[in-house]
Amino acid sequence: MAKITFDGIEIEVPDGTTILNAARLIGGPIVPPAMCYYTPLKGSGGKCRACLVKVAAGSTKDPRPMPKLVASCITTVQDGMVVENTINDSVLDVRKGIVEMLLINHPLDCPVCDQAGECDLQNFAFEHGVSTTRYQEERRTFEKIDIGPLIQLHMTRCILCYRCVYTADQIAKGDRVHGVLGRGDAAEIGTYIENIIDNDFSGNVIDVCPVGALTDKTWRFKSRVWFTKPVNAHRDCPKCAGNVVLWYKGNEVLRTTARKDQYGEVKEWICNECRFEKKETSDWTIEGPAHIDRSSVISANHYELPVLNQSVIDDLPASTQRELEQNPPLKLGN
Amino acid sequence: MESTAVKPQFSEAAQAEIARICKQYPDDRRKSAMLPVLHIAQAEFGGWVSPEVQDLVADVLGVKPIEVYEVSSFYTMFNLKPVGRHVLEICRTGPCMLRGSDELTAQLERITGAKVGGPASEDGLFTLKEVECLAACGFAPIVQVREQYYEQLDTPAAVDAMLAELRNQVHRPALPWEENGLPNAVARN
Amino acid sequence: MGRKLLTEHINVEGIDTLDVYRKHGGYRSVEKALKTMTPEEVVEEVKKSGLRGRGGAGFPTGLKWSFLAKPEGVPRHLVCNADESEPGTFKDRQLMAKLPHLLIEGMITGSYALGANTSYIYIRGELLYVLRILEKAIAEAYAAGLLGKNILGSGYDLDLYVHPGGGAYICGEETALLESLEGKRGNPRNKPPFPAVQGLWARPTVVNNVESIAAVPVIVNEGGDEYAKIGVGKSTGTKLISACGHLNNPGIYEIELGLPVEEFIYSDEYCGGIWKGRELKAVVAGGSSVPILPKELILKTAAGANRLMTYESLSDGGFVTGTMLGSGGFIAMDETTCIVRNTWNFSRFYHHESCGQCSPCREGTGWMEKVLHRLEHGHGRMEDIDLLVSVAKQIEGNTICPLGEAAAWPVAAAVRHFRDEFEWHVTHAKAAAQPGAVYPGTLVTV
Ligand SMILES: Cc1cc2nc3c(=O)[nH]c(=O)nc-3n(C[C@H](O)[C@H](O)[C@H](O)COP(=O)(O)O)c2cc1C
Ligand code: SF4
Ligand code: FES
Ligand code: FES
Repeated sequence: MAKITFDGIEIEVPDGTTILNAARLIGGPIVPPAMCYYTPLKGSGGKCRACLVKVAAGSTKDPRPMPKLVASCITTVQDGMVVENTINDSVLDVRKGIVEMLLINHPLDCPVCDQAGECDLQNFAFEHGVSTTRYQEERRTFEKIDIGPLIQLHMTRCILCYRCVYTADQIAKGDRVHGVLGRGDAAEIGTYIENIIDNDFSGNVIDVCPVGALTDKTWRFKSRVWFTKPVNAHRDCPKCAGNVVLWYKGNEVLRTTARKDQYGEVKEWICNECRFEKKETSDWTIEGPAHIDRSSVISANHYELPVLNQSVIDDLPASTQRELEQNPPLKLGN
Repeated sequence: MESTAVKPQFSEAAQAEIARICKQYPDDRRKSAMLPVLHIAQAEFGGWVSPEVQDLVADVLGVKPIEVYEVSSFYTMFNLKPVGRHVLEICRTGPCMLRGSDELTAQLERITGAKVGGPASEDGLFTLKEVECLAACGFAPIVQVREQYYEQLDTPAAVDAMLAELRNQVHRPALPWEENGLPNAVARN
Repeated sequence: MGRKLLTEHINVEGIDTLDVYRKHGGYRSVEKALKTMTPEEVVEEVKKSGLRGRGGAGFPTGLKWSFLAKPEGVPRHLVCNADESEPGTFKDRQLMAKLPHLLIEGMITGSYALGANTSYIYIRGELLYVLRILEKAIAEAYAAGLLGKNILGSGYDLDLYVHPGGGAYICGEETALLESLEGKRGNPRNKPPFPAVQGLWARPTVVNNVESIAAVPVIVNEGGDEYAKIGVGKSTGTKLISACGHLNNPGIYEIELGLPVEEFIYSDEYCGGIWKGRELKAVVAGGSSVPILPKELILKTAAGANRLMTYESLSDGGFVTGTMLGSGGFIAMDETTCIVRNTWNFSRFYHHESCGQCSPCREGTGWMEKVLHRLEHGHGRMEDIDLLVSVAKQIEGNTICPLGEAAAWPVAAAVRHFRDEFEWHVTHAKAAAQPGAVYPGTLVTV
């Protein structure tokens, strides 16, 4: 076991625990945000740099501070380690910078994005960002591509967390057709010649995507997620455990997702049949309302967009502006 | 390989070379031969690696095609589209720029009629490609064509000499495992 | 004339063949080390020599070697970093092309010291012609019993292979290099674990630059203490400097560390001064990623001392008034050079070469390039200048690998020392955007 101090709170955790998971054991607002790390995915983490924290003392044995901020998601604790997150202004400053970086090439079209309301990036920007952008250059854009009949990839929104790649690798057990092509800010998630992800569990890439880059093409009616009601349900499924969340609007099942914990991590993969084909209530045994924990926007049942001010709206393409008017977000930042 | 209908195949000499290279890595690490084999493939199939050629590489290495696509698209030396008979890779980085690489590029565009990043020249002979520092900065400006470096191209005469040499080069120079260099394809745009 | 420890015979006819190389004392260190020294003794000599990594970071080689993990039954590897792609650096290419056996000798002696039985030279893909030269030389060494089983009857076995890259600067970063050697994209790894514990195929691995490894034979032959007598303070031995840009005699020079910068630039023995009779404006002394310095500060430190070609002297003044020796890529710029254009060019390089894994580098390098492009092309705003500094700061220190810093430093330093030239690009946008425009202000600002 290792005893560490995180933002002044002491906790004892098993050796080998990462700083991030130690913080999650404490819980609450001191938990660093994570945009790329995903506990069930081996190899994930270390990329987005959202979870950077200050190690003020390395360990009892070597109490020197670490010279640079470290990625809490992949750095393991040492006995006697002292970590600073929300109590360290430079950490918060750097995090603001990371928000800004992640947003510069991300379209500011939340009002028309299917992920709005349950987007990790939106939440991240809301909780840690600043309300204006200094980025005045052209944004990177890509065409939308269909990955088979069920999944759509809108690379323009991707933040290159690699979660879908690790997922595809894991569920496909070596039969992977999904990967990262190109490099730098021209890198893209691709299946090259648009190969179909032909795997019973391919739909899980939708659930792990922190933004609206991979989406479910079978969403029956486009609806803002905060108008839908999540319900836990299960069925006897020969392929997976069959534990899902059904998203209702009225009596209609709009879509099906895997169940996630409070940090947005899928607990059990679900198969494509459960996800895409079973859209009738009669297919399922209903357990009761799903408790959506951390996604501040959905749970608070309001929708706020920190970076969208009028001048930004003015810059949006006319078609997007029209959609915005027809489908206004409940509340806009100023 | 111009026709995509026929499944590409490595020549016997290339197969032998690939076998030699694969022995350089532990048996369960055959994937390590990825880059050397992609280089052989590019030399073998007309200066670029089509999806079919990449699938062949995947086959030879026993990996999934996506693993080859991920790699070939990361490294700038692999041409993913058909190219002219000679690909002129012009260094554009600081030290070369200080000694006239911008002017060299303009000159090559003017003489060949090809544009950097565009298709091959109309005669199919030249593709122009800008690249980053080639580790020859003291001999700037530089053009690389396959394995050959052309250095100090700061006079019209030096540029002309290079182009004349290349125009006469119908077969690319033989590689160590070949008896003769393969005839170069002329790109059809 | 300084001593030439690596390049003494570089111009000897046929020195790339085993016979000629041996006639000039080649492979003595292999005989000496394998027959008369234990591996630990070789490491000890390298430690004593004070040799610092020549790839850029300047980390003491002997110390690095002593960190190598040696778990029972797990093979270890020595990997030579011949990726040489830091703009301004071109020494390794020449050294390998002309003296292939020197590197091979260093690899044998070094591998013996580390207990490695399979070693690799990772060479950038553009240098396939050098790979051919090395492979030919390696075949000669095998035939002479210098490689393979039971080398020179010592009982020590070593296989040595050359592995080409595919065109990616990032593969010079040691963990990206290892990924690349494993046949993958060159994405740097998060550290820890360090290569010394989990490197190539998760085995303990040492990665060293070509020039570092090439210095091992002379250290073994002459002894670490002798080697350490050359140079100044903690900058021992000789260093290959790649001199380029606006110099009369660009090229590769082996210098004794401690040579005054002024002598290096102006003496006919070295670069022979600035071309076309012009004035020096600025120097990037250690490859494109180190801070640029204006003439005054490259020739003398802020305190007025002569600047020397040593790790310590070049970094005197920190990043406020100093720079770094880095890889020894010495880029000189004359008075007509546009600093904004040059900074944009370097920025484009790092943007192009970012692997794209981590967000500050992937997004920040592109952002800086675009802002610099605007400034250079007459569309800059005054606030862009501070924006550049701020973006550079947001990248620095927050990335997976040091490419982030390599991209941030040159931008921050250019603004630091040449702010008025940046401002002129805003106030005189039209004039500045003309091709070949020369900033008319005071030549150098400190
Ligand atoms: C972006 C980047 C590029 C690098 N490129 C090279 C290179 O081309 N050659 C090299 O020897 N080291 C390069 N390095 C340094 C290596 O990571 C490593 O430190 C070095 O090879 C160690 O060898 P040395 O201790 O002998 O210098 C690079 C580092 C970074 C971060
Ligand atoms: S700093 Fe840049 S090059 Fe290095 S890992 Fe991050 S994105 Fe890749
Ligand atoms: S969550 Fe730790 S770096 Fe992305
Ligand atoms: S800058 Fe062109 S070779 Fe280095």
